[in-house]
Amino acid sequence: MKVLVPVKRVIDYNVKVRVKADGSGVDLANVKMSMNPFDEIAVEEAIRLKEAGKAEEVIAVSIGVKQAQETLRTALAMGADRAILIVATDDVHTDIEPLAVAKLLKAVIDEEQPGLVLCGKQAIDNDMNATGQMLAALTGWSQATFASEVKIEGDHAIVTREVDGGLQTIKVTMPAIVSVDLRLNEPRYASLPNIMKAKKKPLEEKTPADYGVDVAPRLQVVKTTEPETRKAGVMVRDVDTLVAKLKEAGAI
Amino acid sequence: MHFGLTGEQEMIVSTVRSFVETEIQPHEAEVERLGHVPQELGDEIRRKCIALGFYACNFPEEVGGAGLSHLDFTLVERELGRGSMALVHFFGRPQNILMACEGAQREKYLLPAVRGEKLDALAMTEPDAGSDVRGMKCTAVRQGGDWVLNGTKHFISGAEHADFVTVFAATGVDETAKGPKKRLTAFLVDRGTPGFAIRPGYASVSHRGYPNSILTFDDCRLPDAQVLGVVDGGFDVMNDWLHGTRLTVAAFCVGRARRCFDLALKYAAERHQFGQPIGRFQGVGFPLADMVTEIDAADWLTLSAAWRVDEGLPSNREISSAKLYASEMLARVTDASLQIFGGMGLMDDLPMERFWRDARVERIWDGTSEIQRHIISRDLLRPLGA
Ligand SMILES: Cc1cc2nc3c(=O)[nH]c(=O)nc-3n(C[C@H](O)[C@H](O)[C@H](O)COP(=O)(O)OP(=O)(O)OC[C@H]3O[C@@H](n4cnc5c(N)ncnc54)[C@H](O)[C@@H]3O)c2cc1C
Ligand SMILES: Cc1cc2nc3c(=O)[nH]c(=O)nc-3n(C[C@H](O)[C@H](O)[C@H](O)COP(=O)(O)OP(=O)(O)OC[C@H]3O[C@@H](n4cnc5c(N)ncnc54)[C@H](O)[C@@H]3O)c2cc1C
Repeated sequence: MKVLVPVKRVIDYNVKVRVKADGSGVDLANVKMSMNPFDEIAVEEAIRLKEAGKAEEVIAVSIGVKQAQETLRTALAMGADRAILIVATDDVHTDIEPLAVAKLLKAVIDEEQPGLVLCGKQAIDNDMNATGQMLAALTGWSQATFASEVKIEGDHAIVTREVDGGLQTIKVTMPAIVSVDLRLNEPRYASLPNIMKAKKKPLEEKTPADYGVDVAPRLQVVKTTEPETRKAGVMVRDVDTLVAKLKEAGAI
Repeated sequence: MHFGLTGEQEMIVSTVRSFVETEIQPHEAEVERLGHVPQELGDEIRRKCIALGFYACNFPEEVGGAGLSHLDFTLVERELGRGSMALVHFFGRPQNILMACEGAQREKYLLPAVRGEKLDALAMTEPDAGSDVRGMKCTAVRQGGDWVLNGTKHFISGAEHADFVTVFAATGVDETAKGPKKRLTAFLVDRGTPGFAIRPGYASVSHRGYPNSILTFDDCRLPDAQVLGVVDGGFDVMNDWLHGTRLTVAAFCVGRARRCFDLALKYAAERHQFGQPIGRFQGVGFPLADMVTEIDAADWLTLSAAWRVDEGLPSNREISSAKLYASEMLARVTDASLQIFGGMGLMDDLPMERFWRDARVERIWDGTSEIQRHIISRDLLRPLGA
């Protein structure tokens, strides 16, 4: 079985995000970019499946600017076997929308015929949480979102999902799209031998035109603003005062 | 000219940095308090480093190392500078000098050291011979087909964990026009060899969890098989393999300075006095400007010296410049960063006071600042006949 893992290049989670002066978005020029942390978890899970003999090949795919090559190299250094880069824009501030990404991934799936797609539940840049679900709709495959455990048994996947009320375990027919949550695993560091090998692994470069997909935006960002700065709090003496204050504020 | 890192170099830096942040930094305060690294903790770091393929990454591939260039290894060392010296000791970088091992020595010392099965240490310094290595009093005398070592070494790092030590001893004297000159030989000495003892050294202000030891040799008998390199060839072995340690000190200082600076910068932005972030006062903002300028300068000086070594260009002077400047820069940066923290900078709740103390040794070991200036000035003046 092949496992396909889409990975997105996003602003590094350590970077303090700054809104652009014109409010058109977040400033991404000269900021540290990294692999979306949820995607790292997906890559890790795919490699573990391979190590456990449940998968033969792990393919990482990224859609975006050419610099996403670095993100793919990271996936290769972690242990993915090969990578596909679909260069869909040359502007770092252009975010390819989930539907276009899902359509491109569908086209890659048609070509590669993977048995499983492992993707992050969302990207930490704009937190859409949509691509996996849209991809499941386009392919007609089973979908299991927010996975905190994935077991492959024959042609089924047993997935434990993190839902509001707790944990839910479902059994889905493969092929399937599984979106992964934070607690699924702890991604490994890229080992030195794998870092050295990564350069030699194949990285194929494509364009949306190769797949006949239109990536023109359908959404318009009206305004981006900084979250309101938190007002200074008050220190209270004890729990009784806290409860009284909360009542006063109408919070309880 | 191109000043960027390659994709691989970026990944090496990122892996080592994450390793230091998650596997080293959380244990630093405890190690500092204990004054040593608990065996289990050291073993765990060593095991994880081996699994990551970074152990002995400074060694060539044909002996099981990763074959990193001097530049790549300098980047690794720079990231390790963000962690405690005591703990990153277990992110093993055995002494390059072991590459001089030949024949059976390779199986017995070199390969196990590269695999992380044996730890080594290096002993040159003596109570009466520091900068003046040639003045050493430790002797190895020929007796019944063996060598008999007598003398004392002190300030030896890593000896408390070492399975064997590379020891330099005088094996003869040449009469020269400038007076008598000792000939040195390097020996591989196993822990437990009769007549060889490792005793705790002095309590040091810097790197508290990284003890130094005193080594004594009392009629310690060694067969010829323990000679590293050739008899009387100690200086050649030293010159061939030890110039790199000055580069690692420089790189470590740069990494340490960045970590220290990052904390000071953040504090200057967050700490308010007189109704504004203290960083807005020139008295705080300008030192930050000076610090980052000096750190960058030391960084490039170090990387370019490493690059020269890789290119096979003359680099002795450049390596000394890097070691000198980076270690002196670290002293200024740790002091100025601590100052930004005000009174809290002195308290052991924060790592600033530790960085400030740790920095002091960097100007002393692996050749004092004065010795570096000596190397640099001689390199400049000797060709002019002065
Ligand atoms: C914590 C620690 C760990 C160490 N680890 C090791 C180790 O693992 N292995 C090892 O072999 N050694 C080790 N050393 C020894 C270290 O390399 C020496 O301390 C260093 O070489 C200086 O020698 P010294 O301390 O004897 O000072 P000295 O050589 O006595 O110098 C005293 C002062 O005189 C100055 N001076 C000396 N000669 C000159 C000159 N020609 N021109 C101008 N000034 C001069 C020096 O710069 C210094 O300021 C360690 C030292 C320390 C502090
Ligand atoms: C060991 C010790 C004992 C002490 N004992 C006492 C005591 O008995 N009683 C007591 O009341 N206090 C005591 N203090 C407190 C001491 O006086 C303060 O630490 C000192 O005034 C600095 O304040 P701070 O530490 O809060 O640093 P901050 O005031 O926060 O200063 C942080 C940094 O910002 C700089 N800075 C602040 N404002 C400006 C400005 N306008 N322009 C330029 N730079 C600026 C400072 O110089 C410093 O570098 C003690 C402190 C120590 C460390």
